[in-house]
Amino acid sequence: MTARPGAASPGRERTPSRALAPLRETGRLFALAAAVVRAVFRRPFQFREFVEQFWFIAGVTVLPAALVSIPFGAVIALQIGSLTQQLGAQSFTGGASVLAVVQQASPLIVALLIAGAGGSAICADLGSRSIREELDAMEVMGISPVQRLVVPRVLATMLVAVLLNGMVSVVGTLGGYFFNVVMQDGTPGAYLASFSALAQLPDLYISEFKALVFGFIAGVVAAHRGLNPRGGPKGVGDAVNQSVVITFLLLFFVNMVLTAVYLETVPPKGG
Amino acid sequence: MGIEVVVEGLTKSFGGQNIWQDVTLTLPAGEVSVMLGPSGTGKTVFLKSLVGLLRPERGRVLVDGVDMVGGPERDVYEVRKLFGLMFQDGALFGSMSLFDNVAFPLREHTRRKESEIRRIVMERMDMVGLVGSEGKLPGEISGGMRKRAGLARALVLDPQIVLCDEPDSGLDPVRTAYLSQLLIDLNAQIDATMLIVTHNLDIAATVPDNMGMLFLRRLVAFGPREVLLTSEEPVVAQFLGGRREGPIGMAEEKDAAALAREQDRAPAPRPDGPRRLAPQLEPSPGLPPRQGALRRRERVLGLLDTLPGAARDAVLRGHTAPGRAPGPDASPAPGHPPAADGVRP
Repeated sequence: MTARPGAASPGRERTPSRALAPLRETGRLFALAAAVVRAVFRRPFQFREFVEQFWFIAGVTVLPAALVSIPFGAVIALQIGSLTQQLGAQSFTGGASVLAVVQQASPLIVALLIAGAGGSAICADLGSRSIREELDAMEVMGISPVQRLVVPRVLATMLVAVLLNGMVSVVGTLGGYFFNVVMQDGTPGAYLASFSALAQLPDLYISEFKALVFGFIAGVVAAHRGLNPRGGPKGVGDAVNQSVVITFLLLFFVNMVLTAVYLETVPPKGG
Repeated sequence: MGIEVVVEGLTKSFGGQNIWQDVTLTLPAGEVSVMLGPSGTGKTVFLKSLVGLLRPERGRVLVDGVDMVGGPERDVYEVRKLFGLMFQDGALFGSMSLFDNVAFPLREHTRRKESEIRRIVMERMDMVGLVGSEGKLPGEISGGMRKRAGLARALVLDPQIVLCDEPDSGLDPVRTAYLSQLLIDLNAQIDATMLIVTHNLDIAATVPDNMGMLFLRRLVAFGPREVLLTSEEPVVAQFLGGRREGPIGMAEEKDAAALAREQDRAPAPRPDGPRRLAPQLEPSPGLPPRQGALRRRERVLGLLDTLPGAARDAVLRGHTAPGRAPGPDASPAPGHPPAADGVRP
């Protein structure tokens, strides 16, 4: 064989260092996120797959979300009711608890369910396809798995997250109202009136925006882990596990950042 | 007519482990080639590198002017539509029926009517003998059926290049023989460039026009079938003879001590005289002659001077064998290279 440029040192191998592994994974995650965003605009859009996935994710998340949001709303209402009673500000219980539910509780409940129920299913599905070489087969046919499979799933999780967030907000607020008025003998009128005293429309916007971002993150992380399982069925199980844990970590961190930015930039109504 | 695949200096490693290095070969357009090698020598990795599923660190794979290793992703995806790859265990989509699996490439890449898709799919299912099973899910059928369904799916878009990953594994000898014939018939019908990765000696002896062998991280040889089938190179001879005596051991390579012991014990019995080659399979009656075989004939006759003596004899014997070698057959006298030019149109 003749020597070619670039083949000067055949003995030298680039040994990947262990310390950089987390960075590499992070880079790949971002690369996938970018690829997904690019592929969203590439025709043909997989409408059928999108509807199927939307239906599936909505199916596995709606009921648990509703069931979780009632006690969650209740706990917040009870806690805030108790605090405001001690401070002598019972009339603001409604406003405070609706803010807590809409801004924090609702997007986080959505995030947990989307990651736990929807993301794990996506990850397991893609992971098992990946170890059965189905994704390779698809690539050989000239079909990009990112465009064909990942994009519809990510968009479906985003849409489900946004819609679910609306539902959880409503159910949570109703739960809070019920517990405050019935259990703590709050006044219905004051509870409702304080809504408009403290809460404003941007609170709802940021809530839905958070849900949208959480849905994207949950979808991309699940797809990333699912596309790169480490060998065999055991690897798929590990990947699902990792995908849920990584999504949780990311979501809570992103939630903190978004909350901080929101509170800094949007003036509070009561002030 | 199929497309030539040019591989230049391909090197692939996983982590620190080198799989093979500096593999250089050309799969001639429209001809059937076989890549041999003991288990675990990276045959499948080589196949996946050709379609760009794996990215070797060095080298190029040129298909239709596009480098499948380092080329832009958009071009690579476009060129992949020319490929049909039959995976080792079929790689069917588990959630779809066999019919939908085979129809999948048609539905994704063409705008054909459903009735037309049905016609094409059933034609291919008939070709691989799966009519009647089209409604079954991949989980409900045997491994051999999955393999054949995978072949049907690989063929549905009339590929220019067909790659088969161990078509024989998991098939009984009879089905393997049918499959060999099917591959040859297919080549006669669509004139696609084909590469079969296998370690089945029957396929190696009767199907290919060209053969190559991977062993110990390198391409030991690649050339016309006669060259490898008559080769005296220990690795190739051992492999094709299916013997224990030789450089290939249980764990890839034998150590020097074991090799020396073996040589002391007894010299391997070598058949005397020129080895008889099994005749290559011909397309089934009624099919056109393989254009690839005709082209190869000229190519090999042109190369005749550079071939080793045993291979040259085998080539010439093959061309004089009665009832074989379609086309005008005035075989040149042995050792008379200018006559080779006379056959060219």
